[in-house]
Amino acid sequence: MSLVHEINYGTPASKSEKLVTLTIDGQEISVPEGTSIMRAAMEAGIEVPKLCASDMMDAFGSCRLCLVEIEGRAGMPASCTTPVAQGISVSTQTQRLKDVRRGVMELYISDHPLDCLTCAANGDCELQDMAGAVGLRDVRYGYDGSNHVKARNNGEINIQWAPKDESNPYFTFDPAKCIVCSRCVRACEEVQGTFALTISGRGFDSRVSAGMSEDFVSSECVSCGACVQACPTATLTEKSVIEIGQPEHSVVTTCAYCGVGCSFKAEMRGEELVRMVPWKDGQANRGHSCVKGRFAYGYSSHKDRILNPMIRDKISDPWREVTWEEAYAHVASEFRRIQYQYGRDSVGGITSSRCTNEETYLVQKLVRAGFGNNNVDTCARVCHSPTGYGLNQTFGTSAGTQNFDSVEHTDVAIIIGANPTDGHPVFASRLKKRLREGAKLIVIDPRRIDLVRSAHVEASYHLPIKPGTNVAILTALAHVIVTEGLADEAFIRERCDWSEFEDWAAFVAEPYHSPEATEAHTGVAAELVRGAARLYATGGNGAIYYGLGVTEHSQGSTTVMAIANLAMVTGNIGRPGVGVNPLRGQNNVQGSCDMGSFPHELPGYRHISDDATRETFEKLWGVTLNNEPGLRIPNMLDAAVDGTFKGLYIQGEDILQSDPDTKHVAAGLAAMECVVVQDLFLNETANYAHVFLPGSTFLEKDGTFTNAERRINRVRKVMRPKNGYADWEVTQKLAQAMGLDWNYGHPSEIMDEIAATTPTFALVSYDYLDEMGSVQWPCNEKAPLGSPIMHVDGFVRGKGKFIRTEYVATDEKTGPRFPLLLTTGRILSHYNVGAQTRRTDNVVWHPEDRLEIHPHDAEQRGIRDGDWVRLASRSGDTTLRALITDRVAPGVVYTTFHHPTTQANVITTDFSDWATNCPEYKVTAVQVSPSNGPTDWQIDYDEQARQSRRIAGKLEAAE
Amino acid sequence: MSANTNAKLIYMANQIATFFQSQPANEAAQGVATHINKYWESRMRRKLFEHIEHGGEGLNPLVLEAAPKIRKPEAA
Ligand code: SF4
Ligand code: SF4
Ligand code: SF4
Ligand code: FES
Repeated sequence: MSLVHEINYGTPASKSEKLVTLTIDGQEISVPEGTSIMRAAMEAGIEVPKLCASDMMDAFGSCRLCLVEIEGRAGMPASCTTPVAQGISVSTQTQRLKDVRRGVMELYISDHPLDCLTCAANGDCELQDMAGAVGLRDVRYGYDGSNHVKARNNGEINIQWAPKDESNPYFTFDPAKCIVCSRCVRACEEVQGTFALTISGRGFDSRVSAGMSEDFVSSECVSCGACVQACPTATLTEKSVIEIGQPEHSVVTTCAYCGVGCSFKAEMRGEELVRMVPWKDGQANRGHSCVKGRFAYGYSSHKDRILNPMIRDKISDPWREVTWEEAYAHVASEFRRIQYQYGRDSVGGITSSRCTNEETYLVQKLVRAGFGNNNVDTCARVCHSPTGYGLNQTFGTSAGTQNFDSVEHTDVAIIIGANPTDGHPVFASRLKKRLREGAKLIVIDPRRIDLVRSAHVEASYHLPIKPGTNVAILTALAHVIVTEGLADEAFIRERCDWSEFEDWAAFVAEPYHSPEATEAHTGVAAELVRGAARLYATGGNGAIYYGLGVTEHSQGSTTVMAIANLAMVTGNIGRPGVGVNPLRGQNNVQGSCDMGSFPHELPGYRHISDDATRETFEKLWGVTLNNEPGLRIPNMLDAAVDGTFKGLYIQGEDILQSDPDTKHVAAGLAAMECVVVQDLFLNETANYAHVFLPGSTFLEKDGTFTNAERRINRVRKVMRPKNGYADWEVTQKLAQAMGLDWNYGHPSEIMDEIAATTPTFALVSYDYLDEMGSVQWPCNEKAPLGSPIMHVDGFVRGKGKFIRTEYVATDEKTGPRFPLLLTTGRILSHYNVGAQTRRTDNVVWHPEDRLEIHPHDAEQRGIRDGDWVRLASRSGDTTLRALITDRVAPGVVYTTFHHPTTQANVITTDFSDWATNCPEYKVTAVQVSPSNGPTDWQIDYDEQARQSRRIAGKLEAAE
Repeated sequence: MSANTNAKLIYMANQIATFFQSQPANEAAQGVATHINKYWESRMRRKLFEHIEHGGEGLNPLVLEAAPKIRKPEAA
């Protein structure tokens, strides 16, 4: 094994199709027009010395190291800023060039400490490399004069010098080593789009600073790490590299946090992870990442990880550590006993969107083939199940239509019910880049998310709807498009069912769907709606991106259909730059849905009642499959309360914290006789568990994740599982204990089984993924290279189906007791229930959940910023601290749900989407009042949690 | 069988009916039935039928209209 080295071509690739031929050092080479001479040379294998150039950013031309000579032209142009021209002849190495370069290097080094041997960048430093490349042998100037290197000059304080900034938990900034190449500043602007860094001063006085000369952690910096990666010196360096040293080998793998699915190089020293570096060839992230994937992996070695299996008879008992064999045998006999006593359908399983496709597949296989029922569900139930339902009804596939690259061709983007800068930061960076190039943005969200206005980005329209009125606003947009004659008739006639369209068009054209009529419930001025509709329909390639603010409603599925209708009526389907794009929450939400995690569907979204599909699996598995749909998570909990559901195997999910109406979830779990939790930590659900099986992290296993663009990415093992087994091995052992004859030796064999049974995965194998890097399903005979964009020549279901979308107000209504509407969301630095990110230094950015409240509502209630407030709904109450902001409209409050002490889901109700039971997280009627401490519920909950985390013979396990 | 879960089932069935009510009239009842057949586990359908046999109080008439098209689960 060795390090995966990536070539820095110096400037980005040109998109031109026209080729230009030139000669470099006597070699003839043809490159696309617009390519820099530097890049052309690199493509020919000639590395021109450079310092300020990186192919992640546009050329800048400041270091003057990359000079070349061109026959017949005077002077020495910088090769990074000079484009190729037909027929020119370039020399990259002449005496004159050598002299100039050496002079340039000498100047750099004269203001640079000669610390190489003890420097963290030693071995990975471009400045060092360039000194070597130009043959720098001595430096004639000392540090006696003006410099940035020494804290003191001849005993005097050196005002040019600045101390190291170590405020960021993950990287340091040492101005003494800065060569002011501005790569970091440009990375922050061009790659990340945050504009947190600036160069202040001029000439010799110029220096890099974060924000208004703040330290990093108090600046706008979101800790994405792009600047750290861009820096050619030790100025910006990961603290882990400073601590450990340079890595010696690296393995390409996939981030286990969000649905963007960034590719990373896990850079290792032995089995120690030195750092995670975004991989330039990663087709989802193109070399960028966010703070979570880049830095927040410390949870994997956190002391709270449970490494031994444990069981207990009652949830009030302390845990007892047992051997794996005992644990498997116990689960097997308990599940058999329960099924004997209460019937075959009294047990079930929950698959995880955090686990790999292979692991998810095995859990659903265990339920269907081992338990003999279809009681399997996944946490996508609580997030994107309406996406599957809605897109399947309208288009015929339960997935988004585009790849992320598509955004580079978008002219108008609609973001609805999503907050990409926090939830999907790498996609947000790519979107912002496109917006800076001139694309237009429409935001539909109750809250003024960052994208509405941030550095160099401003939405053309923000429609601040009242929570719960998505269908009304989308139907109003459709009304404008249809009644103003903006529909793309040619597209509809060719691709969609015309009579269904006519029916739908007549429906949306009804006057009561007009923006003027819907204004009363949406709260959005009609003119804004009309303007936004016209812009989307006529502004060129229109793409819709949406998130949980769409799905987590009583009308979640209807909203997804309304989105699909809008895309079809404007012809925005089937090519780059357009489409319907669900932004998936967790890393493998798409995959867990694909893998047959739903109680009514086998892998590949085929209904359980379909005889041919069942037969495929029956033959392979040697069992008869039940043809009835099973229970969904909320139904399981209802059945548990009813006394007909008694045993649950939960892999990698924390339903007690993540699912709505905590008290109902707790009651359901408490009514079960055997709850098995497989996780890294004693999560909240484990408080109600009888068996705990330690889980493994994504660093400890092989597998695949499928991201929001249907991209199947490899997860590669870089260290042995600390708990001894990868999660798929644990499920396999459990299956064996239950008498199933499973003998997978490696996850690749599981993928082979998936490919053999699931037509959309037919060509997928680990070998093929290694060869291709990644593929987007469908990947089969018809689409051997995968399918970056779907519905290109027609919809998967045949004709696109327009479906009427009638707005129905949720029954969750405000009233005198609960006059405010609560909506929930997440924040950049944390992930889902926070079990992982809370166990990293990411807590410096978000130590607690806060309640955002408008100044007007706060004042009425006598609440000041930072006060403790009681948040109550008809389900329950909790306390947290207020954050007064006009990001939320009067009448609306907002919070995140990352911290178990807040238990925001004590507040949320059990209302859910009509089609899929996806809970209505995004609308809850609440009251807010001043408070001076935790509620009784929080105190009881803490006590129960503490009690239930005891492990016999050990000190109390820490949360 | 708790009254509470029964109330929930009625509520869910009515939500489904509400959606299909807005669809073209000739598709509405079939829509409700297909949806329930595809997504409701036998226990839930059984309870729905029990409730209908007891008069079906509180159910949207469209659910009652759809009932003959809903697959009857085998007895428990
Ligand atoms: S930044 Fe590079 S050149 Fe400077 S001391 Fe460190 S290793 Fe040497
Ligand atoms: S870490 Fe990211 S956001 Fe922060 S300064 Fe660097 S590039 Fe900008
Ligand atoms: S911090 Fe690094 S990248 Fe930024 S200007 Fe200094 S040397 Fe260049
Ligand atoms: S690399 Fe071309 S001027 Fe710096």
